[in-house]
Amino acid sequence: MSSPINPAFETDVNAADQDLPVVNAEDIRIWYGTPKGPVRAVDGVSFSIRRGEILGLVGESGSGKSTIGRGLLGLLPPGSVIDGELSFKGQDLLALSPKERFKYRGRNLAMIFQEPLTRLNPLMRVSEHFAETLRTHFPKISDEEIETRSLNVLKVIGIPPSRWLAYPHEFSGGMRQRIMIALALVLQPAFVVADEPTTALDVLVEAQIIKILHDLRENFDTALLLITHNLGIIAEACDRVAVMYAGKIVEIGDAVEVFSNPQHPYTQELLRSTITLRTDGLHSIPGAPPDLIDPPSGCHFYPRCPKPMEYCPLAEPDMLNVHGGASRPGSTDAACWHLQLNDVPADKRGPLERDEIAAFEEA
Amino acid sequence: MKRFLKPFQQTTGLARWIMLIGIVIVFLFIIVAIFADFIAPYGFNQVEVDGVRFVKQAPPGPGHILGVNDQFYDIFSRVIYGARTALEVVLLSIILSLVIGVVLGLLCGYVGGWVDRCLVFLMDAMYAFPSLLLAIVFSFLLSGLMKGSGIISAALSLTVVYIPRYFRVVRNTTLSAREATYVEAARAIGAPNRTIMGRYLFTNVIQSVPVIGTLNAADAISTLAALGFLGLGIQPIDASEWGYDLSRALDDAASGIWWTGMFPGLAIVLLVTGLTLIGEGLNETMNPTLRKRRFAAIVLPERKPKAKVAVAAEVVTNDIAESAYEEIVDDGEVKP
Amino acid sequence: MSETVTVPEAPTAGKADVILDVDHLQVHFKLRGAGLSRILGREGGIVKAVDDVTIALKRGEVFGLVGESGSGKTTLGRAVLGLVPITGGLIRHQSLDGGAPVDIASLKGKKLRKHRQKLQMVFQDPHAALNPAMTIETQVGHPLVIHGRAKGAELKAKVKSALEHVGLAPAEQFMSKYPSDLSGGQKQRAVIARAIILEPEVLVADEPVSMLDMSVRAKILQLMLDLKQYLQLTYIYITHDLATAKFFCDRVAIMYLGKIVEVGPTAEIFAEPRHPYTQALLKAIPDVDPSKMVPRDLPRGEIPDAARPPRGCSFHPRCPLARAECGWEPRDLKAMVDEHWTRVSVEQFEKEQALVGNLKELNTDKLKVKLEPAHGGSVDELWTMFENIRTENPEEPLWRGVTRMEKVKDGVVIEFAKPAEIALHPVGNADVSCVLY
Repeated sequence: MSSPINPAFETDVNAADQDLPVVNAEDIRIWYGTPKGPVRAVDGVSFSIRRGEILGLVGESGSGKSTIGRGLLGLLPPGSVIDGELSFKGQDLLALSPKERFKYRGRNLAMIFQEPLTRLNPLMRVSEHFAETLRTHFPKISDEEIETRSLNVLKVIGIPPSRWLAYPHEFSGGMRQRIMIALALVLQPAFVVADEPTTALDVLVEAQIIKILHDLRENFDTALLLITHNLGIIAEACDRVAVMYAGKIVEIGDAVEVFSNPQHPYTQELLRSTITLRTDGLHSIPGAPPDLIDPPSGCHFYPRCPKPMEYCPLAEPDMLNVHGGASRPGSTDAACWHLQLNDVPADKRGPLERDEIAAFEEA
Repeated sequence: MKRFLKPFQQTTGLARWIMLIGIVIVFLFIIVAIFADFIAPYGFNQVEVDGVRFVKQAPPGPGHILGVNDQFYDIFSRVIYGARTALEVVLLSIILSLVIGVVLGLLCGYVGGWVDRCLVFLMDAMYAFPSLLLAIVFSFLLSGLMKGSGIISAALSLTVVYIPRYFRVVRNTTLSAREATYVEAARAIGAPNRTIMGRYLFTNVIQSVPVIGTLNAADAISTLAALGFLGLGIQPIDASEWGYDLSRALDDAASGIWWTGMFPGLAIVLLVTGLTLIGEGLNETMNPTLRKRRFAAIVLPERKPKAKVAVAAEVVTNDIAESAYEEIVDDGEVKP
Repeated sequence: MSETVTVPEAPTAGKADVILDVDHLQVHFKLRGAGLSRILGREGGIVKAVDDVTIALKRGEVFGLVGESGSGKTTLGRAVLGLVPITGGLIRHQSLDGGAPVDIASLKGKKLRKHRQKLQMVFQDPHAALNPAMTIETQVGHPLVIHGRAKGAELKAKVKSALEHVGLAPAEQFMSKYPSDLSGGQKQRAVIARAIILEPEVLVADEPVSMLDMSVRAKILQLMLDLKQYLQLTYIYITHDLATAKFFCDRVAIMYLGKIVEVGPTAEIFAEPRHPYTQALLKAIPDVDPSKMVPRDLPRGEIPDAARPPRGCSFHPRCPLARAECGWEPRDLKAMVDEHWTRVSVEQFEKEQALVGNLKELNTDKLKVKLEPAHGGSVDELWTMFENIRTENPEEPLWRGVTRMEKVKDGVVIEFAKPAEIALHPVGNADVSCVLY
């Protein structure tokens, strides 16, 4: 931000921190207990996000992408278990008590949700929302301080200061989402999770919001995890992208590289089946995502993969740095046995014989 | 059918026990009511046997296991027949009020307009009235109109009390269900209004009705007893009624004759409790705001040995992968 | 309107291949006032959900209605089935059976219900469109039962065949299931099965794939293409997604605030979008092309309140290419001042707001307004403020519509240009409603 920042809001950053990732997740698992057995919503996911970086998390519904977002902020529903290593600027988040976590949330970590109207109290003015948020974390803050801080953020987000005393229902859908973003940013968090922030919005408004999120790093130096099912949004707004399938990241890398040269068959198929202005033929992935209570053995994608090998159902491939990319070699990691053929026993490299996927199994 | 049994199958823990106890109590009363003729040693208005009058206010003992009251009736027989009266009246009033309330509610919610406004006004006025007072007024009116049929008029006056309860719930759910896409879809396929109401709205708006029904039944038992207590309900020669017996026993209690009031009172309490337990149990399972979703606690299994290990062995592939997989399934089992 | 079945021939058409002729259609909703005004019985405004729309639908084509929420595209689709009360205009349906054309807008009651057999609809949310308390077999077969067209074994056979046509095969797997047992794509297939079981001529598809996952969308669209071929259907495809519209439709109409702003063959519209709104939409679609960056020059704001649409062209307050005659009015000035305040410091905003007050004199339909300084401010200060706003961004389209800004004794007078009449007129192979052409 260009405006002077009160020392109270400054997140302590020293030079050594600059290169460290803001958030580092290592082998995260999040399982839900259900009467039928545990659902492996997230099953061994690793990634990191640096300062001012936007990581896009893309996947179909049920892939576990929203669960990751909630897991990072400690907003998981009861009945779920999380383990692995999750650090924020070197602090182990999973070791924190719920109370300490609450303190961390807001000041350091924030979330932007899909439905802005349900998150705003209809009986509270915009000003009161900001006052409440700021007072929760800075009990001694003065009224003028609240107004100056909030109006400065609102301006950047595109809400005129003349609406400071308005109620949520006096705003349009896009404006409400802007208010939600401003509420998340007023505490100057170093890390923001945006979960499908534009799903309920129109095309033009969606583009406006994407622009705001894209500009966050310039205005607030925030690291952003952008969760969406829309590949187009990821391609335009993100620096890096992680593609999720059935609770696992199957490919992660530089956004330009992943979209121009996808390595994992799922990424390739997903890109092919996406309908864009350049689409001249329909393509779809057969079958449906697996049941995460009893996922397929080995690589989770083999039942729908266009080129499965005999080895694919037998063992699970690791994430591996791919050196194949032409424009930026080595900028992508992917988990597919085809990319690590050396590790596949020679007699198991033949094509897998698979049952036809019946229509009634389709999504 | 399976859909209607589902809520019971979903019940767990306390809710299930509550419901089970309630069902047992109510079931007992139903058995007693049906076979009253075989269980009761005397008729409900019998005061003598073989020309010999019962001893007035005789204490419990052989011949009259629960004693005799001040009107020379055998208390045990009165209590048994009282169950029949209570269940007859309540069943009749619940069925009548349910049918009228649901139909009117569905119609008002779907059609709307001035019919809706008038009925809502009327029902709200009735709802705002204390239910006992309303029942008293109607039993006055009805007992004048229909002489001799005590049970019917008691049932009708209770019906009037309970219609607004079903009406309100059904109308409000219909009002919101009317805007549902499936209702518009039904219009799009050319369904006439009565089909939309009968096939599309009805099944989706009556889900909370059983809960209200059982809770109302409990309420109806006590209201009926209150009417009898005030001398407005069924006359003792028409049928046996607990509330009436209780009111007669009022004076006895002062002179140490506890049995005349104790047993009819106990019967009322027991049946009301039974019905309330069923209602609460149902409410717990069918009302999503009350239902706590239960989660099975899970313990994350040890991490799977990295696939690399299997690869390093080069030959052993299938077995290792399989066994590692099974191990996870076992460890990940739901621990109660 | 009378309940006659025959209606006069359309003056423009007479072509045999027009199946549905929507002629100056209007669907206006009366708004009920809120709170006190409702109790006092005062009427609220009128929302022109569909305002004077004319379309001729050719037999066998896929006609796309594209627009954002609130554009009236869904209402127009529903009006075709007679599901919303039509306040003006005609919808002539020339049925395949060769009878006289029928005006759906004037059909009522039983006749309308019977006629819906020829026009069916697919909904956006397949989960909500299915009755949760009915099995798939019952609901897919219900249209036949309602119209008394089949029962017993024949009904079952027809349901089975319909399910198999939409890809729910083997049908026995699905017939006894409830909607909650099906996946999203399967539910949408069931909804389509219910729509085609009556063998309709026109299918209105309201965002049929927007709630579905990417990998399922293509399957459903492919199914719809196959069915169109097989059953000789004509589609009205309603969407906000230009990408699927481009692939799926033969012709598209772009709607904005109840009106069609541009209509023509898909290829023409996408190759050479003429209306600034169409151009903006095309620019705004997030594209998987990694070389494309976040678009910067987007129209500002959102779709305005339909109960009080802007004067002249509804798009003018957001339009980057707007001209003097596009319908500028005092309200736009208020929006511009608001926008200006997002760029200034908090202190300057507070000073300026004290100077101009709440700007409620701009809440008028007149073309000329006089602003007076509030709270003892001077006319000079007010004049300087507006001069500054003007010099700060002289490219702002609003200034093109301001014909006069003058300092008078007690305030600043601002006058706007007279709006021009706009209507759809042919440009190239398309029809565009914009003063630029």
